[in-house]
Amino acid sequence: MSQDKLPGEEKTVDKPVTDPEASPKAGVEREDAQPNPTPLVPAEPKGVPLRAGMWSQGTGDTSGYSRIVRTTGWPAPSEPPYGSWYDDAYSRLLSLVEGLRIAVILDRGELTFRVPREQLTEVMRSLRDDALLRFEFCASVSGVHYPDDAGAELHSVYHLQSMTHNRRLRVETSCPDADPHIPSVVATYPAADWHERETWDMFGIVFDGHPHLTRILMPDDWAGHPQRKDYPLGGIPIEYKGTTVPPVDARRSYR
Amino acid sequence: MTAQEHDLYANPGEETEGTVYTAVGGGDWADIAGEQAERGDEVLVINMGPQHPSTHGVLRLMVECDGETVTSIRPGIGFLHTGIEKNMEYRSWTQGTTFVTRMDYVSPLFNEAAYCLAVERLLGIEDQIPQRANDIRVLMMELCRIASHLVAIGTGGMEIGALTVMTIGFREREMILDFFEAVTGLRMNHAYIRPGGVALDLPETGIAQLRDLINWLEKHLPEYAAFCNENPIFKGRMVGIGYQDLAACFALGVTGPVLRSTGYAWDLRKQQPYCGYETYDFDVITWDTSDAYGRFRVRLDEMWESLKIVKQATDRLEASTGQPVMVDDPKIAWPATLAVGPDGQGNSHEHIKHIMGDSMEALIHHFKLVTEGFRVPPGQAYVPIESPKGEIACHVVSDGGTRPYRAHMRDPGFNHLQSVPIQCEGGMLADVVVAIGSLDPVMGGVDR
Repeated sequence: MSQDKLPGEEKTVDKPVTDPEASPKAGVEREDAQPNPTPLVPAEPKGVPLRAGMWSQGTGDTSGYSRIVRTTGWPAPSEPPYGSWYDDAYSRLLSLVEGLRIAVILDRGELTFRVPREQLTEVMRSLRDDALLRFEFCASVSGVHYPDDAGAELHSVYHLQSMTHNRRLRVETSCPDADPHIPSVVATYPAADWHERETWDMFGIVFDGHPHLTRILMPDDWAGHPQRKDYPLGGIPIEYKGTTVPPVDARRSYR
Repeated sequence: MTAQEHDLYANPGEETEGTVYTAVGGGDWADIAGEQAERGDEVLVINMGPQHPSTHGVLRLMVECDGETVTSIRPGIGFLHTGIEKNMEYRSWTQGTTFVTRMDYVSPLFNEAAYCLAVERLLGIEDQIPQRANDIRVLMMELCRIASHLVAIGTGGMEIGALTVMTIGFREREMILDFFEAVTGLRMNHAYIRPGGVALDLPETGIAQLRDLINWLEKHLPEYAAFCNENPIFKGRMVGIGYQDLAACFALGVTGPVLRSTGYAWDLRKQQPYCGYETYDFDVITWDTSDAYGRFRVRLDEMWESLKIVKQATDRLEASTGQPVMVDDPKIAWPATLAVGPDGQGNSHEHIKHIMGDSMEALIHHFKLVTEGFRVPPGQAYVPIESPKGEIACHVVSDGGTRPYRAHMRDPGFNHLQSVPIQCEGGMLADVVVAIGSLDPVMGGVDR
């Protein structure tokens, strides 16, 4: 680097980057990156109970279709080849993150990478920094609570967007209810700041390393995390001048 | 003083039972003011909002000033949190539209469209949506975009003293809302776009009213440019204010006119088309100043592009009169088979005659579809669309039941408010209002 260059100037590119060698070398691209290792797949997602009859579980079925039994399950992990750009992104990520445990779910044209929380930080950083992946934009983080998914009750879902390649990708990770910790991705995607605060607020997932993990939508002194499945609709009895209005679901039956 | 002991709404001496949640005590605000009192320097700590005329609803800003220079600004949100996402988990998929439409109430049709497109992807019926339904969606969304931009420009102008821009902005918007009322029955909160299509076809006089509306807009939209574009006071307040470059937009998840004001032509209608946008002829507007004035110009020109799309959609709708506006699956389509009867009620006489007189099975199905709704296969979907503010998207998860297992709306304003500090710190206090106005947050969408 010559002396007359400004700081950061050597990074300037004026044409599309396609060369695999263009990926950042420090930190992410390692000498020991394996060309195509076999992934270790995390545990399969939980199933959905069998459904019988025409209508919802537990309702009186008078339609005459009560003997129909259907197995509806969550979309199963897909096997390669996935087609389109998915294979390239998948194998590229495998070569960048050492010992990556990943499940790929290709469903309804949307690609989901399920990764364990221990590897989330490295996966997100690789997805952002690598020239062939380049998901530079984190649109949203949302939590989902699956009380039946033993050992992985709380899920955190990241929706990434590559503006360079015009691709979308979903990264999903999970943590058990008993140990609700997931590393924060704010250092990689500052846009996730408020989203992680909302997910903490609503689901009680603790994002380790977040700069300021406080409630964002609920009052600061609120007890509980309202969007968990065990939190009732209406939640708290509302007290006003000595009269207590019960929670909504204690007044009317929705189930 | 704890929250348990202190109830502002109780009479003196009246006992309080249970927990009292109130933001009036403002826990963190008391801390800030206390620290300030100990510090003893000249720094002003100002609490702006949540009730403030130029915070676009109930946005709270905690500002630290040195003289009139903002040294630190932190937005506080949540004052309009209504638990819409939680409520949706207790209602059927169709009823979800009546919830999402109330999120960003300035552009309700975009909320509905994002939600319905996500549900349609889960159902796997994206290809079966009738052409006319897509054309109506595009028409309504583009009119809604004009209405939303008029509010953004109008209220933004009002906050810097350009009152005329506000009054004429709301005049034009009211014409658009009149058309919405004729089509959907309501000025706002339409619940018009439904999974599978739209709730109702255009009324008989719809096309004629639309032509009048287009003429009105063509006549009056140039007024904004004449009032503002080269107005020295307007430019003096807007140029160079709220600067945010492309890298900051990427890092903070900022999209829409704010992103396009940095010169990057990112518009999901072009990049990832939906509802048939690829078949319309329009341009993506950009500006290169990355400031509040650039965003104003982007919004101004986008209204003209939207009007171009509206005209094309009008021609198509005129040609496709009478074609279906709902997917050909009666389970999903219900209750779109409505008609205004002689009693003014919405039930279709033919339908009632059929279920009450002809078929007991049809009655059972009607009853179950009304009370329970249809089922959606398990899985998750994330569908982003280009709202007037930026990328609005809906993440829906279904467990195979008749209600959303989880519905999350990614509102652009939620992300945009994160960039308030980067735009305002180091600037003048009076420019905070301009910067926030140029971000165009709607707290109903931000807090949901």
